[in-house]
Amino acid sequence: MREAVLLFLVVVSGTGGEICVTRAMKRVGEVTDFRPLAVIRVILRAMELPWMWIGISMMALAFFSLLAVLSIENVSFVVPVTALNYAAGALGGKFFLGERVTPRRWAGVLIVCIGVTLVWLGKR
Amino acid sequence: MTSSPGLHFKTYCMLLIMVVFAPLGNVLLGRGMKNVGSAVSWAPAKLPHILSLVLASGYIWLGVASLLTFFVAYMLILSWADFSYVQPASSIALLVVALLGYFYLGERISPLHWVGIVVICLGVFVVGNTPPRTTEAR
Repeated sequence: MREAVLLFLVVVSGTGGEICVTRAMKRVGEVTDFRPLAVIRVILRAMELPWMWIGISMMALAFFSLLAVLSIENVSFVVPVTALNYAAGALGGKFFLGERVTPRRWAGVLIVCIGVTLVWLGKR
Repeated sequence: MTSSPGLHFKTYCMLLIMVVFAPLGNVLLGRGMKNVGSAVSWAPAKLPHILSLVLASGYIWLGVASLLTFFVAYMLILSWADFSYVQPASSIALLVVALLGYFYLGERISPLHWVGIVVICLGVFVVGNTPPRTTEAR
């Protein structure tokens, strides 16, 4: 039960955090200059946006939940199950970021969910 | 997103960095946390002690460094590509994690478990090859 709660936190908080970070980075604009100083400047600019901080906080929660669940379960079980991020990501991309999710992508998400179910069953 | 070769090359380079460093980071974290002990017995009063064990683990720090490398590449790629494109495309990392878990950490993986991992990768393959950007650039 504890592992299920932790995995839920890893998936939901992790995906929520990524959506917030995406919002912030889209506001920063496309990165075209990859020299180290320019990259640092992009990171600093992103740090000025509240979305970035909300995103980082949620990802931190997801990270510590991941650490906790990794102390109970194998990496080869935990990480494939976190592929549920793709389902959460498609939903979040559609409803929070206004991205168009094609039927093909939805089909892929469905297959990922079937795979996660098999991994879960295969553990027992 | 424009379909210039330069942008595609840039995208693939970032994806490669993500696919190498995310699994490596997770496997190192897994190795470090197995030494720290099971979260089943984590009483709130014990958390500071557990945190100190976590912070003292070299594997955890190496894992965090790998994940930070992944995260920087991820942030950069998200400035031009869609979230729902990047996330699935990076998930080939799942197969890499399973292989590292099996060969490096010696984890036991049942046949059904392997089938599930392959099905997940298949799902990712279906999700892939969709346009990197569907929203208007601002």
